[in-house]
Amino acid sequence: MLRYALRRIGGLIPTLLVIVTVSFCIVRLAPGGPFDQEQTLTPAVRANLDHLYGLDQPLATQYAHYLGGLLHGDFGPSLSQRDFTVTELIAQGLPVSVTVGLLAILLALVIGIPAGMVAAIWRNQGADHGLTLFAALAVALPSFVTGPLFALVFGLALHWLPVAGWERGAPRYLVLPVLTLALPVAAYLARLTRASLLEVLGSPWIRSARARGLGGTRVLWRHALRPALLPAVSYLGPALAYVVTGSLVVETVFGLPGTGRYLVQGAIDRDYPLVMGMIVVYGTLLLVFNLIADLLYGWLDPRVRHE
Amino acid sequence: MQAGRRLASNRHTRLALAVLGIITLLAVVGPWFSPWAFDQLDWQHLALPPGHIAAHWFGTDRLGRDLFVRTLCGVRLSLLISILASLVSLGIGVAWGAVAGFAGARTDEWMMRFVDVLYSLPYLFIVIILTTLFQRGSIGVLLVAIGAVGWLTTARIVRGETLALKRREFIEAARATGLAPAAILVRHIVPNLLGPVAVYATLTIPQMIIFESFLSFLGLGVQEPQASLGNLINVGAQEMQSAPWMLLVPTLFLVTLLICLNLLGDGLRDALDPRER
Repeated sequence: MLRYALRRIGGLIPTLLVIVTVSFCIVRLAPGGPFDQEQTLTPAVRANLDHLYGLDQPLATQYAHYLGGLLHGDFGPSLSQRDFTVTELIAQGLPVSVTVGLLAILLALVIGIPAGMVAAIWRNQGADHGLTLFAALAVALPSFVTGPLFALVFGLALHWLPVAGWERGAPRYLVLPVLTLALPVAAYLARLTRASLLEVLGSPWIRSARARGLGGTRVLWRHALRPALLPAVSYLGPALAYVVTGSLVVETVFGLPGTGRYLVQGAIDRDYPLVMGMIVVYGTLLLVFNLIADLLYGWLDPRVRHE
Repeated sequence: MQAGRRLASNRHTRLALAVLGIITLLAVVGPWFSPWAFDQLDWQHLALPPGHIAAHWFGTDRLGRDLFVRTLCGVRLSLLISILASLVSLGIGVAWGAVAGFAGARTDEWMMRFVDVLYSLPYLFIVIILTTLFQRGSIGVLLVAIGAVGWLTTARIVRGETLALKRREFIEAARATGLAPAAILVRHIVPNLLGPVAVYATLTIPQMIIFESFLSFLGLGVQEPQASLGNLINVGAQEMQSAPWMLLVPTLFLVTLLICLNLLGDGLRDALDPRER
């Protein structure tokens, strides 16, 4: 297990390097520069600005310089919000985004897996049909549809919860964003769990466990649950990717001071270091989360780690 | 043919097809029946609720533009972009997958490794950057950006199918007649791939609609005064306190569209592979 873990951790670094290199190239290939929108700049001032941020140097030098900075945890200065460094901007927004994202994944696990188990155990009965229909709907609808609808219903019509805002993470303000993000993930988890639990329950070794005289509950908890949860675990990586994507929308809809807006606004402003910083941070998060999911999978299913 | 009959016998699929047909028809011809253009301002009726005045069936937005016409134009644009984007991703995916599968050996390995690497990248960021690469709101860039996401899965499916096709007798026969590999690929492999690929393309259209609307929602896709379901929902979400219909009308259309496309996709999959049921 330890060797497996070390090998997987070693694989992170080259992937991260590829991400940094590819996104550096794409960002720099984009026509237009960060100072295009300030039309009053004289050529001399502009040249000085370019020189100050090193934009007049060859791309290879800039790339080497950027990588060198990254090794020290320095993302460089922000070109659009010039009083801040990228590190400061991300440090402000990231706690908000991470809180909402992790709560959403937790909520999705807590709702989705039991719902899938219920649907599988009472297969083809009322609860199963209801859950399946609900899950189909929740998977089909994107968060930029459910988010505003939740805000409309629970915020404006029923006055149960605030429509937007953050207020230092007061629970009332967290409910709707977290729910919006968690809903499709929960629905997908429920479907996965239902399908795999049904498959496991129909397998020969479960039948033989029953034949040995073990009761239904005992078979379920001791024998069926662990293998049935494997697909759900391997979905955790894609789930995080979904939550990261969804957080862009949720932060816009509910006015959260997270990092999502930096990516979109940074790309529009050609704020190279800000966009790069966001890609590096989110890319690392995704890779690490995928790694955790894989290690969990290897722990649950020994066949994987001996491959 | 049997698959077609199975598809037609599914009640949900028939319903979905009917609703999709109606929406598509509405989107194509509907705007002509309204006296308003999608960007025409009606200063007498700003932010008018639906049903108040006969001419504005779904009401108007803050600038007095007719919401019926704008929503249907949005549906039209979303459908158009998603179908074209599916074709773009299909084109790249088929070419990539067929070449990789047919060439085999080292070429195959490297081409598929490339696909794996792209899969592991946070593609959304790449797409967001791609959309800002060129002029914002250009439909061409939007197509390329969305298509760039979809082709990876298509390439994997096509490669698998190609590997299976490659070993069949008629390919062997083509080789024996001395046909060049490129000609075999174009004339014998690709035409035989189109069946499974067409099914997959139908399944990707709702994904493409979501993606286009998502980008437009963030302000990176279709730009005002052009209407797309995404930017209509975005404006509607900002105005929902005073004018909830501005959110509800485009949302209703998008939700109906997505549900129908998903039902159709499920029905298609069941019809082609009855074992899955």
